Amino acid sequence: MDLILTEDQELIAKTAADFVAQKSPVARVRALRDQADEVGFSRDLWKEMADLGWVGIPFAEAHGGADLGLAELSVVLEALGRGLAPEPFLSTVLLGGLAIARSGDEALGEAWLPGVVSGEKILSLAYQGPASRYDLNVTGARATQDGDGYLLEGEKIQVLDGHVADAILVTARTSGDEGENDGISLFLVPKDTPGVGIERQIRVDHRNAALLHLSGVHVGSGSLVGPVGGAGSLVADVVDRATIGLCAEMLGGMQQAFDLTLAHLKSREQFEQVIGSFQALKHRAADVFIAIELARSVVMAAARAADDEAADLPRLVSLAKAHCSEAYVHVTNEGVQMFGGVGMTDEYDIGLYMKRARAAELSFGDADHHRARWAALGGY
Amino acid sequence: MSDLEAFRTETRDWLDQSCPDSLRGGTGGALAGTWGGRKWKPDNPDQRVWLDRCAERGLTAPTWPTAYGGGGLSKEQAKVLSEEMRALRVPPPLIGFGLTMIGPTLLQYGTEEQKQEHLPPICRGEIRWCQGYSEPGAGSDLAGLQCRAEDRGDHYIINGSKIWTSDADQADWIFALVRTDPQAKKQEGITFLLIDMETPGVTVSPIKLISGSSPFCETHFENVKAWKKNVVFKEHAGWTVAKALLGHERTMVAEAFGSGAGGARRTLADRARSHLPGVQEGQPLPDAVLRSQIARMEMDTQAFGLTMQRSRDAAKAGHQPGAESSIFKVVGTELNQRRQELLLKIAGPQALGWEGAGFAPDELQTTRDWLRSRGNTIEGGTSEVQRNVIAKRVLGLPD
Ligand SMILES: Cc1cc2nc3c(=O)[nH]c(=O)nc-3n(C[C@H](O)[C@H](O)[C@H](O)COP(=O)(O)OP(=O)(O)OC[C@H]3O[C@@H](n4cnc5c(N)ncnc54)[C@H](O)[C@@H]3O)c2cc1C
Repeated sequence: MDLILTEDQELIAKTAADFVAQKSPVARVRALRDQADEVGFSRDLWKEMADLGWVGIPFAEAHGGADLGLAELSVVLEALGRGLAPEPFLSTVLLGGLAIARSGDEALGEAWLPGVVSGEKILSLAYQGPASRYDLNVTGARATQDGDGYLLEGEKIQVLDGHVADAILVTARTSGDEGENDGISLFLVPKDTPGVGIERQIRVDHRNAALLHLSGVHVGSGSLVGPVGGAGSLVADVVDRATIGLCAEMLGGMQQAFDLTLAHLKSREQFEQVIGSFQALKHRAADVFIAIELARSVVMAAARAADDEAADLPRLVSLAKAHCSEAYVHVTNEGVQMFGGVGMTDEYDIGLYMKRARAAELSFGDADHHRARWAALGGY
Repeated sequence: MSDLEAFRTETRDWLDQSCPDSLRGGTGGALAGTWGGRKWKPDNPDQRVWLDRCAERGLTAPTWPTAYGGGGLSKEQAKVLSEEMRALRVPPPLIGFGLTMIGPTLLQYGTEEQKQEHLPPICRGEIRWCQGYSEPGAGSDLAGLQCRAEDRGDHYIINGSKIWTSDADQADWIFALVRTDPQAKKQEGITFLLIDMETPGVTVSPIKLISGSSPFCETHFENVKAWKKNVVFKEHAGWTVAKALLGHERTMVAEAFGSGAGGARRTLADRARSHLPGVQEGQPLPDAVLRSQIARMEMDTQAFGLTMQRSRDAAKAGHQPGAESSIFKVVGTELNQRRQELLLKIAGPQALGWEGAGFAPDELQTTRDWLRSRGNTIEGGTSEVQRNVIAKRVLGLPD
């Protein structure tokens, strides 16, 4: 697929940009943070996004979706990333929703996806435990046969939007040892299941997340998503797709951070001239621009590879995440530096982007992790 | 089967049947290949066979109009052609400044007569061109050039010097920037002129580079007569043409150097394994730092390749070149330098050879290529100048 936007995608991009400008400036996230809002995002806006058709982009028409792909969704996420919008795309659409959709389980799909697409249901995927770092094969939970169902025990960290999720998909080991891809199963656990404990976490970037404690949680066999012991590849595939979505959001964030920085370079005066006339800053601004241009290319390529079900998808995901991780951090570090003292204040937005850049970098694997994966996939 | 797929099959068959076996396989770096010209002596007679076969089909200049010796291919077809060439590991039949710089510029600015005269010999590899832009006093500040052309009615008399003229000693013609109006503002008194290097009064003296070879020269003009019919575009308006050509040059440099992962060359991991005995493909390289550096190099190269693809895809869809094209020269050349440095690291002590015993030919080539690559961020507009251009033109930062 060509690395350009189709006319339809251009239209989505335009609608999303207008939406963010009018309804989701970064001031909104700041207010949610300052008021310690219990939900941490706007259910009304989420509903609006669903009505616009964005929430249903990657889901089948039978479930109310648009049957489109990551190429379209990433256009929306890029726009939302400019405003650091906290609505639960990653958790509900890309992680929980896609895990159900791509498992091919029709009963679960019918039970959950229409509610997701309409904006009523919130889902998440608990893929990491306290010792996982970036290894999806270290689950932090164990599931043992219990009558006709399973008993879940374990701890999960930073479950995105876990504090409001109606159900959480949980990876747990049904056989083998932590670190192995075989033996991982995926369970759908409704929030009010006895033994489930959810505790909200507050992260540096204020992206919503929660701890999930599982102690003696009994689930029926109908809650299995994908094959027993064989869900490892499903989870890896879903996390790869979510990573592309995160990268698209990062792309929008870095563009916005750079726009803010450029505006500052053109207006702040020192030594009787605007600071953007200093060559030391000009050249660094050019390097930031370069990093963002490359980021756009790798995000577009990864999204299209996902939609094409291309064999080199994992490599392109690693390329996108490695590059975007470093680029976003680079752009926002430079941003804070070029703002000077005001860049360090909570009042200026550039700091919010710098925090988000780090948080995004350390989610779904940082650049080093993805370079190692790239090398392994390349046979060296 | 789509037309493009039919074209692919036909092209593949033709390439496979027509390219002599002795030319297939790896190439010796971005600058190695057939440059053609009157003084050209092939290292291998098959180079001429391959050149002639391709020229006959217009494949030395695939996208140029057939009327001027090109192949008349669409951009999609040209892409298929280069993919198939890479897959079959056949080298380009011809390279050089005629194809990449003056040719595209003449297609844009030349008169019909100039195109008829100059483009077909370029396509056939008969005439080799060099570039007379830089002077001892005019480098980054190119518009400060002094080489003087005095108006004598139907011709000019040229006096002055050019420097860093790559391959002037091998070239047949030069495209030069000369000052035709010394009174006008810097940029406004310059004319873009084509000059036959065999004209009396043209002399060249080669300059030796740190890499040991002498690919560039000082070019002197002493009372050299140049015809006005060889002015490209308009008298005193050479700066416009000069900039257009620099655009072509920067694209060419980026493509030549930025596509380091190109199929014709061995992968970095392959090279590493050949210096780390006993390491099998599929096993992680035992040196984790080197492994990570190789991955980073490959990934950055691919990110750059995808960006060039994005630009091509946009052009194909009829969009104007976007802001992304301003980064090609600086990114492509800096990538190549990093790649060359990484190749030294991979080879270790075997990268230290200059000549003679104990070093394999490709190891010696690695050393020379590294040295040559240091010029990549200087030639065709330095990286600093490229960043100035991005800051000013694209980002709108003030002087
Ligand atoms: C391998 C090679 C092949 C070449 N081939 C040709 C050829 O075929 N034909 C031809 O005409 N020329 C050729 N050149 C010349 C090349 O175009 C010039 O070397 C180049 O434009 C730089 O000019 P300069 O060497 O005078 O350096 P200078 O302009 O003197 O630059 C010296 C340093 O100052 C920096 N600098 C200059 N101005 C600025 C600024 N405004 N802001 C920040 N930094 C600045 C430069 O980036 C550089 O680092 C070749 C050069 C090389 C190395």
